[in-house]
Amino acid sequence: MEPLLEVKNITKKFGGLTAVDNVSMQIFPGEVIGILGDNGAGKSTLIKVISGVYHAEAGQIFYEGRRIKISNPTEALKIGIETIYQDLALAENMNVYSNIFLGREKLKKFLGLVDVLDHDYMHSESKKVLNRLDINIPSLKNKISTLSGGERQAVAISRSIYWNAKLLIMDEPTAALGVAEQKKVLNLVKTLSSQGVSIFIISHQIHDVFSVATRLLIMRRGKKVAERITKKTSADEVVGLIVGSILGEYN
Amino acid sequence: MINYHKPKKIGISILRRWTLIFLLGEILFFGLVGTNYISLNNLQDILVASTTVLLLATGETFVIITGGIDLSVGFMVGFSSVICAKVMVNLETAGFSQVAAISIGVLAALLLGLIPGFINGFLVAKLRVPSFIATFGMYGIAYGFAEIICNNIPVHNLPSSLGTLGHGYLFYWLPGKIFSFLNKPGNLTRDELKHLIVIIPNVVVITFIFIAIFAFILAKTKFGQHTYAIGGNINAAERAGVNVKTHLIKVYMISSFFASLAGVMYVLQYITGRAPAGSARLLDAITAVVIGGASLYGGKGTIIGTVIGALIIGVLEIGLVNLSIPTYNLYIAVACILIFAVLIDQFSPELIQKEEEI
Repeated sequence: MEPLLEVKNITKKFGGLTAVDNVSMQIFPGEVIGILGDNGAGKSTLIKVISGVYHAEAGQIFYEGRRIKISNPTEALKIGIETIYQDLALAENMNVYSNIFLGREKLKKFLGLVDVLDHDYMHSESKKVLNRLDINIPSLKNKISTLSGGERQAVAISRSIYWNAKLLIMDEPTAALGVAEQKKVLNLVKTLSSQGVSIFIISHQIHDVFSVATRLLIMRRGKKVAERITKKTSADEVVGLIVGSILGEYN
Repeated sequence: MINYHKPKKIGISILRRWTLIFLLGEILFFGLVGTNYISLNNLQDILVASTTVLLLATGETFVIITGGIDLSVGFMVGFSSVICAKVMVNLETAGFSQVAAISIGVLAALLLGLIPGFINGFLVAKLRVPSFIATFGMYGIAYGFAEIICNNIPVHNLPSSLGTLGHGYLFYWLPGKIFSFLNKPGNLTRDELKHLIVIIPNVVVITFIFIAIFAFILAKTKFGQHTYAIGGNINAAERAGVNVKTHLIKVYMISSFFASLAGVMYVLQYITGRAPAGSARLLDAITAVVIGGASLYGGKGTIIGTVIGALIIGVLEIGLVNLSIPTYNLYIAVACILIFAVLIDQFSPELIQKEEEI
């Protein structure tokens, strides 16, 4: 099988600081990879290179087998790489389906003359994608401001899936959530993966990452220090690799 | 089992409709206390007196939903009225027919009126000047230009047929005898004139046609949807591919368009153009929008709400006149209502959340 995304020898510097140092990795369709590391290890910078926010000084990116350049976030979106932001990029004053269709509203003709919003279509399409992802939200006409953190997360993810995201990047997806909600989001990650969506998860919650990721990538001081199959490692070893008390194969 | 939710639900729906209840209560109050308050003529007078506020507030609603504010509209009314009147006077003296002079005057005022809106929008969207400052600057500029254009004196000697339009009605009805559309029946005796019933002033018709069009745009179209999105989360709107900058410029142009239209309506009603025309209506317009349920933090508001807000002020104004209470008391009353409405917005947002088609 061909990897969905492969990065080779990515280096990103900020002035004298090397935030990401010669990192290579690949992700396959439907795979969930956890990226772990202490604050300042370079996780977010690496992810932002992939999502088009930063430009790497060196290295190559291959997507579906072709070498590509991602010069801004819009380009990343176009090819199906979507970042679920911490602030979730939802308009809280609007309802669920309006957010899913924001910027890409479905229109219909009113009296054959003017284009108006097709609420019924957007409502039913949104319902479909939420059902496909096993997401339960009481009413899609509820405003985002009335939803819980986990539900908001689910709406943001449904939105990207509806618009054909193939690779999701989730930065601390469970950070602001209660325990029950965290579980729901992790279940959603599993559902997405089973439907062929690839996911990068950045998280400080090692246990969360262990429960959903098949592979782990551990970074330290900008370098990728180790790569582990989740089943063949332990939380202790991973913590050791993160803080540097255990040396990884790339150290 | 006792349903604890029911009283709460009733409370919520009352709170959500407090403006409508307030409006009806106001009419009832003046109806009981005043003389002839609830009569066809008086209710029409209320609508005529409200046209400026209705128009300014409709445009302002768009701006406030995006999270901004447009202070320039106060003097934009005068700016546009002066241009409109001046063009009409000059064209008529240059030998143009009255119809030509009037139509070109109206068009000129409406077109030139878009320029300050464009500049406001450009400053706010592209150069990131706070809307309060950008439009406050434009407030002064519009007034200054208006005074320059009219040489500091009100414009007089406008085309005589202007009054037919501005003081005309949609229907004229002499019970049992005449029913006429737009044209005032001629050759009426003094007694017949006394019994002539006039229905819906032209200026009110024009005002509500434009309000209806823009209410539709805000509630039903993609443009309206993006207006709410920008007010709710400008970053989300931008990330979703909404062209936020262009959109904001259009929104400020809508606001200045409505202010110009209010200026034209002023000329139709008072057959003159004055630089300070309508400037006292800025506070009323913003109050109407806020009473109507819009939040100054953006993301919320409807045109129907704004219309109710404007009518609350109009009813109060004519009510004070009816009771022979000096109208400067209106300033105090309006300002208190504004603060009251903002308090309601601040303390009840969660309570009155509901399913909505936005």
